[in-house]
Amino acid sequence: MGISHLAILNAHPGVELVGAADTSKLLRWGLGRYSSMAMADDYQALITQEKPDCVFIATPTKLHYPIARFCLEQGVHVFLEKPCCLNYEDSVALRDFAREKGLLIQAGYHNRYLGTFKHVRQLIESGELGELHYFHAEAYGPVVTRKKTETWRSNRNEGGGCLYDYASHVINLVQYLLDEVDSVSGTRLESIFSSGVEDAVYSSLQLRSGLTGHLTVDWSDESFRKMSTSITILGDRGRVEANAQEVKIYRNKDGRGDEEAGWKLSYLTDHTDAVSFYLRGEEYTAQVWDFIDNVSSGGGKHAVNSIDSAAETDRVIELLLQDSSGTAGRSETINLKKVLADKGMWERFKLLFLQQAG
Amino acid sequence: MDRIIFGDNQFFGVDHLSDDRARQKEQRFKDTGEIIRVLDMAYDAGIRTFMCTTYARIGEICEHIRQNQQKYAGFKIYPCMPYAHKYANAVTEMGIAGALSHFTGQEGLVNTIARGSKAVVKRDAIELMQILVDTEMSMFHGVETGVIFLQNVITDLLLGLGMHEFFGEFAKYVGEKYNSEAGFITMNLPLLTETLLAQGMEKPIVCASINKIGFRMSGTVAENEAILASGNVRGVAMQVLAAGALGPDEAMEYVSKLPGVESVLFGASSRGHIEHSAELIRHYSNDVATLSDVG
Repeated sequence: MGISHLAILNAHPGVELVGAADTSKLLRWGLGRYSSMAMADDYQALITQEKPDCVFIATPTKLHYPIARFCLEQGVHVFLEKPCCLNYEDSVALRDFAREKGLLIQAGYHNRYLGTFKHVRQLIESGELGELHYFHAEAYGPVVTRKKTETWRSNRNEGGGCLYDYASHVINLVQYLLDEVDSVSGTRLESIFSSGVEDAVYSSLQLRSGLTGHLTVDWSDESFRKMSTSITILGDRGRVEANAQEVKIYRNKDGRGDEEAGWKLSYLTDHTDAVSFYLRGEEYTAQVWDFIDNVSSGGGKHAVNSIDSAAETDRVIELLLQDSSGTAGRSETINLKKVLADKGMWERFKLLFLQQAG
Repeated sequence: MDRIIFGDNQFFGVDHLSDDRARQKEQRFKDTGEIIRVLDMAYDAGIRTFMCTTYARIGEICEHIRQNQQKYAGFKIYPCMPYAHKYANAVTEMGIAGALSHFTGQEGLVNTIARGSKAVVKRDAIELMQILVDTEMSMFHGVETGVIFLQNVITDLLLGLGMHEFFGEFAKYVGEKYNSEAGFITMNLPLLTETLLAQGMEKPIVCASINKIGFRMSGTVAENEAILASGNVRGVAMQVLAAGALGPDEAMEYVSKLPGVESVLFGASSRGHIEHSAELIRHYSNDVATLSDVG
């Protein structure tokens, strides 16, 4: 994951990549010899020496907080892979510190840059589905399909487990498409093959708007070739089913408008713009380009994926953990709309990441 | 290269638009015999080149072709390597060093590098690349190859990271060892072509997404068309149907008439679709030939 971010960044014509830090000697050797990148093992020394405009953090989750904190102290904008932190408290601390320093933290929830999901958001905002009454958000994939060697992904204290990984994407997608989550109930975190962490997450989510729905996430399902995230939303004018490839919308006679009632299918080809450099999917490039734009424009632009919403994802993760262990309680909530309405907030942000060329 | 190249995505259960269709295909092509039946349909339709990823079952198909050489006279296979999932899974399981040791059998060398020994000379990563190529090529012995392609995820990763030296080394090695030309699959046709030319390659073979609506064509459509028209690259058009967004007629007309496209790659799994697509490509390619004869 880190490597593909590196390739995408390096291909950005406005970015000068001044260095990369990794603990793997093999990686440092390979990249150091065969590319023009300066490789380091000490990120702190690299940042203080190079004084970059921004830093990309794609490390195991438990390292997010200390590294991001250091970057902010050095006055550097941050792109932080998801999830932000291992607990809500740290995420809020980062968010507040970034705000205080006038710096941007953007999170790596790439579904917000997928054409099909962006289209679903438009459908909902335009009221085409009418009043909503239910949703089901799901993700399946083949990450852990048998008992195997332990890595950091099998240790919750390091950010392992399906909840921090797959489920965080799905929760963030619900926030993006529908609303912030208010409370959760009936949560089950199930181990299928892993010993230390859960491989599946099931829960009922109640949103601030009062809408309720279900979350079903399972990363031990090898019937899927790769991660597959989907959402079904039911309204009184119709229904929408969407994943990364397609959007299927059914409009009933109240929702049809000038068209006939029934299904209408559209595909990623209808909703996806070409990017300047393609590696694993348009959305990965789009989020990196957007980050560079956000940083270099010094604000003014609404951040699609700021830590404000990403920290809320961490709050929901905490609610799910509490609910599954029977210690549920409503965490302190944040009025996101008020935060975002605080105009001028982004305007103080200065230039980018890894110095702009030219 | 032949004007028409038959692809293999349909055999993998890949469908860019529909998971349901992908599942149906996956179920059908679990049987290698079923893949061979479709290849026979392509052969009957006059197609003589099959481009395929180096996944394990291709070994069975190569074996079938070796045993029926008369039946498959003139039939070539263009391997595309590596089969990325195999390596991605191994890296997740064993780490980068573990996976490299596993596939190259060079644990000592990999460990030396991993320890960061200063004694390591620059040739070593190139040698590891050569060993990996040999591993992937082992199943193709006795089968005519001609062009050996580097898969797009690897090509584009090396391109993005700026590790351009590997492109030339790969081309040199497949030329010397396998008497084949190197091809590069990419989602970034203009940038890759410029990079390969800057590396001193002449008229590199580049396979990229090329279609009328610009789907997965990085940069602008005009940039892609211009680099093809420059005559500096031998284009292989893939994703010509734009993942099903285009009808076959308009799709094939666009790529068949596009200057700089030497070959058109498509995959299909029924006799009707194979014959129809091949006919369309020949029909529109002839239009172009006639025009240039006149001109």
